[in-house]
Amino acid sequence: MRLVVNPIACDAFGYCAELAPELIHLDEWGYPVIDREVTRGLLPLAEEIVAACPRRALSIRND
Amino acid sequence: MTTITAPTFPRLFAGIDVGPSYRAHLNRFGDRPTFNDRKAEGLRTLHQLLDDAPLIGRGGGGIAASLKLAFLSTSTKPVIVVNAMEGEPASSKGVALAMVAPHLVLDGALMLAEALKSSQIIIAIADDDTRTTQGFQRAIGERRESISMEISHPPAHYVTGEESALVHWLDEGSALPTFRPIKPSFVKIGRRAALVHNLETLAHLALLARFGAGWYRSRGTSSSPGTTLITVSGAVQSPSTYEWTFGRTLGELIEQAGGLVEGFGGALIGGYGGTWVGGNALSLPIDHASLRSAGATLGPGIVVVLPKASCPVAEVTRVVEWMANESVGQCGPCVYGLPALAKDLRTLGWSRSTRNQFDRLLHHLTEVDGRGACRHPDGVVRLIRSCLSVFSAHFDEHLRSGPCAAVNAPTVMVLPKNRRR
Repeated sequence: MRLVVNPIACDAFGYCAELAPELIHLDEWGYPVIDREVTRGLLPLAEEIVAACPRRALSIRND
Repeated sequence: MTTITAPTFPRLFAGIDVGPSYRAHLNRFGDRPTFNDRKAEGLRTLHQLLDDAPLIGRGGGGIAASLKLAFLSTSTKPVIVVNAMEGEPASSKGVALAMVAPHLVLDGALMLAEALKSSQIIIAIADDDTRTTQGFQRAIGERRESISMEISHPPAHYVTGEESALVHWLDEGSALPTFRPIKPSFVKIGRRAALVHNLETLAHLALLARFGAGWYRSRGTSSSPGTTLITVSGAVQSPSTYEWTFGRTLGELIEQAGGLVEGFGGALIGGYGGTWVGGNALSLPIDHASLRSAGATLGPGIVVVLPKASCPVAEVTRVVEWMANESVGQCGPCVYGLPALAKDLRTLGWSRSTRNQFDRLLHHLTEVDGRGACRHPDGVVRLIRSCLSVFSAHFDEHLRSGPCAAVNAPTVMVLPKNRRR
């Protein structure tokens, strides 16, 4: 599984990287960069940041 | 009665001496075959032809035309969109086809429409492209067809020709790419699926359907059969759009374009999201496989020849600045990343820069790569990376001794005024 950012929706709020530094870091302009795949153990955290995004720009994909 | 013979070479431009009229077109190529039988047999035949050729799309993505058809087969009656946007400043194949062979393009679109039982064809031409518009208006006016053919005018921007941006504009009047995490994916106009093809792809289809896959494969290489249109500009005597047989070399293409104006310094291949080849590339065959092994792609058929005296750092900087201004402004990494890359390059080109500043450029490249909704930022990253690798000695010289003598020479790349959105 992997996190996907919709870059059009994303407005660089940065909550995702704040809540899940294990999965995401921010580039120098404040936009999220996905660092790794979502393992079973990290799934609850991934779901949390998907729900926390004020722009609904994150999703989890099975592929 | 005139007998119709399959053209040997040129193909798309076979009618160049008799003009673009419908009458001349029918005399040269005959009526178009139809694939509109009541059952799906016609569609299957057409699909088979595309596979047998195989016809690779000429829009730059290198996608087999049959793949788009296979992807559509569950939906019915798509709108056929002829992509004549020509967002690439260094391409003029759209206007060339409009002037020489508009009826081949219309034939290709009509055959697809008939096979798919579509009732609508839209020809998308940039709103500032009056010559291409006139060519197609005249051609449509000469025809009596039951399928509607209309011209639509999206705004002339680099990104508008991207498939999802184009369909978005036709659908909702907004020429912005949409986010498509899975590709290929359906693009829709209202509730109708849209089938988008580059205009050159459709012109090839018109001939393939008439003369068959064996004929199609009789020129070119086994993995890149047929001919293709290439617009050659830069340091050549006769810049223009040429029909080219896949597999012949870059040097031969330059000869075709009248030869070099001065020494050969390399070339940009594939447009402003394309790749560079160096001064040793004259013997490089131009076909998909050879270009791929040289790390290049043909894109929508563009070659810009660099004179030996030019500065590749300056050339790539100006193109990246232009591309940054063409961003539609939807995605942060593109909005902030492309100007940052342009600034890094300008520093490298025009001032005495440090290793740190060079590393900053490399860092920005990894930050921007793959992070837009469309491929616009990826194209810029590819353009810069390829320039760094092909002209590494020149970049080193800038790092070592500051700006080179050619840095303020006139630009080789065509850079139209960026239009405000």
